[in-house]
Amino acid sequence: MTTVKVLGAVCTKCKVLHQHLLELKTEHDLDFGLVKVTDLRKFASYGIMATPGLVVNAVVKSVEIEPKDSQLLQWLKEQSNAAR
Amino acid sequence: MKFKSLGLAALLLAVWLVLYVFLLSAVDGLVYGVLHLEPGTRLTSALHFFLYEAPKVLLLLTIVVFGVGIVRSYFSPEKTRKILENKPILLGNILASMLGIVTPFCSCSAVPLFIGFVEAGIPLGVTFSFLIAAPTINEIAVVLLFGLFGWKVTFLYVSMGLAVAILAGFVINKLKVERYVEDWVFTIRSQPPEMQEEQFRLDDRVGFGFTQVREIVSRVWLYVLLGIAVGAAIHGYVPENFMASFMGKSAWWAVPASVLIGVPLYSNAAGIIPIVHALLEKGASLGTTLAFMMSVIGLSLPETIILRKVLKLPLIFIFVGVVATGILLVGYFFNAIM
Repeated sequence: MTTVKVLGAVCTKCKVLHQHLLELKTEHDLDFGLVKVTDLRKFASYGIMATPGLVVNAVVKSVEIEPKDSQLLQWLKEQSNAAR
Repeated sequence: MKFKSLGLAALLLAVWLVLYVFLLSAVDGLVYGVLHLEPGTRLTSALHFFLYEAPKVLLLLTIVVFGVGIVRSYFSPEKTRKILENKPILLGNILASMLGIVTPFCSCSAVPLFIGFVEAGIPLGVTFSFLIAAPTINEIAVVLLFGLFGWKVTFLYVSMGLAVAILAGFVINKLKVERYVEDWVFTIRSQPPEMQEEQFRLDDRVGFGFTQVREIVSRVWLYVLLGIAVGAAIHGYVPENFMASFMGKSAWWAVPASVLIGVPLYSNAAGIIPIVHALLEKGASLGTTLAFMMSVIGLSLPETIILRKVLKLPLIFIFVGVVATGILLVGYFFNAIM
């Protein structure tokens, strides 16, 4: 299964992104695990220097921005298709 | 549809200009014409101050945050890190302080950014220059200073903020503090993310500006209003020169006292600047005022708590101590020359 991680501790954008992914999941009936990473040390191991970071199956997809819906869906669908 | 954000921006800019140009006459008309308040009384003075300053500052805030949002879309921590790599010490401090102003930054990303810089071999002092300048000289502080104090004080604040960031970073370099960084920081070897450099069109950047406005203005507008309300009350009701005895030039202890109170006092620029502005009006001296503002805005308790994850306690104290000393010097300097 696809694992999606939102890297972010306290910032508003991180919460928004996390919430937004949950909404997309129900809305489009997607199958992925969503994890919220708040340990600052882990951020560094992904090489990101700003939050929120979005990691899909261990690949950093975006940093600092809130990606658009169409972009998020593309990443999520790409991954679940590849997994099949 | 291709240039949606651009078109909207042009339209809103026109509306903004009209509002800004006619604001004073509208407020005058409301206070003296519609409400028939008598000019010169305390209530009129306080009310007029609030009704004019609050929308003015919010208007300025919107436009500056929008502009800064667009500028920041050209910078990223990765680019900044690349610029700072392999730079000699003093030049590194200067560049880091200036980049601190334009690179997107919030105190929550201080730790990942710190680790990212250390990993790239950027000297600690240079990293600190960045970490001092980024919160101290932020767009909200600049807007409020410009809106309430005018460009001269804004210029002084920004240049002194830069000076403190550069010098504090330089001093921290000289102190050789590497041993006070948590050991695990040096062991991290990250995989740089394999992201493609994003190609933004101008329209995307303008859209980014809008997002920034929504995010920042919705976060701070209440503080701005509260700060200006308190400022208005001081403006109308506190007697002239009331502050001179304890925040004036002659009180030598006023600068250190302001810094001591300012450092643990955590408030954002939006709330504190209107209040400080009113104090200045009532006889506080500029040096003391600047020192107070810088210590409140630049040194924040939450940021030091977050940085404790990567810095051992002595370095936290060195960091706060060096920056506070710099601010102290700024305060005394301005009290001496103005």
